Amino acid sequence: MTTAEATLDAPAPAPARPEHVPHDKLVIMAWSGDLDKIWPTFILGTTGAAMGMETTIFFTFWGLFPLVRNDVHVTGENWMQKMMSMMNRGGTEHLKLGKMNFVGMGPAMMKKLAEEHHVASPAELLEVARDLGVHLVPCQMTMDLLGLTTDDLIDGLEEPAGATTALLEAQDAVTLFI
Amino acid sequence: MSETITTTLDLRGLSCPMPIAKTAQAIRALQPGELIESLATDPGSVPDFRAWCTSTGHELVEQTEEAGVYRFVIRKTG
Repeated sequence: MTTAEATLDAPAPAPARPEHVPHDKLVIMAWSGDLDKIWPTFILGTTGAAMGMETTIFFTFWGLFPLVRNDVHVTGENWMQKMMSMMNRGGTEHLKLGKMNFVGMGPAMMKKLAEEHHVASPAELLEVARDLGVHLVPCQMTMDLLGLTTDDLIDGLEEPAGATTALLEAQDAVTLFI
Repeated sequence: MSETITTTLDLRGLSCPMPIAKTAQAIRALQPGELIESLATDPGSVPDFRAWCTSTGHELVEQTEEAGVYRFVIRKTG
């Protein structure tokens, strides 16, 4: 048998292993509900899923408020929960900036700039994230603390879960806390 | 290039991460080996499409720029 024949008969070589060793999971702990933090949270979550990473965003404390439906005004069962929801209305349309909020002028300017520069809004990103299979997990404890029910939250979320679920996901993932 | 392009996406004007996100959404409908063409104007999409192909294993077959429009031709891998 000649060398040429041997080469022809040999199975195709396995593709060379690239130097880049990718992580295949991304977990984001979304703690902040500020517009300028939840926005990059959704950008990174969407991108992670687009890159083929199994992506989970765990929404806790203030980070849960962006998942409140935009048409829900007041949430909570007792007066404290209701008052907190009035001071911090949820929904992607009602988020405040972490700095330069200026009673809503900051977010209005930021949204105008985003439109001019064709930057996708948090609501658009959320839609793409869901389409790409990002797991959106509300924190059960935060829901209890603030009196939020699944009816107050947008559709397409995973079952509410706790810190153990979040950390189990994070064990073999790139993990960000935003 | 003589190979047929299955899908062309007009992503001109869109900012990060939409050129990548929309390409990722669209490539799901392709068979392995088929080509997708993405047209973008975001300069950040040049390193980002390279990074995306490195991460996903899809092959960046062609990348050109003409009058501020970046053209990426990507072959879907299995």
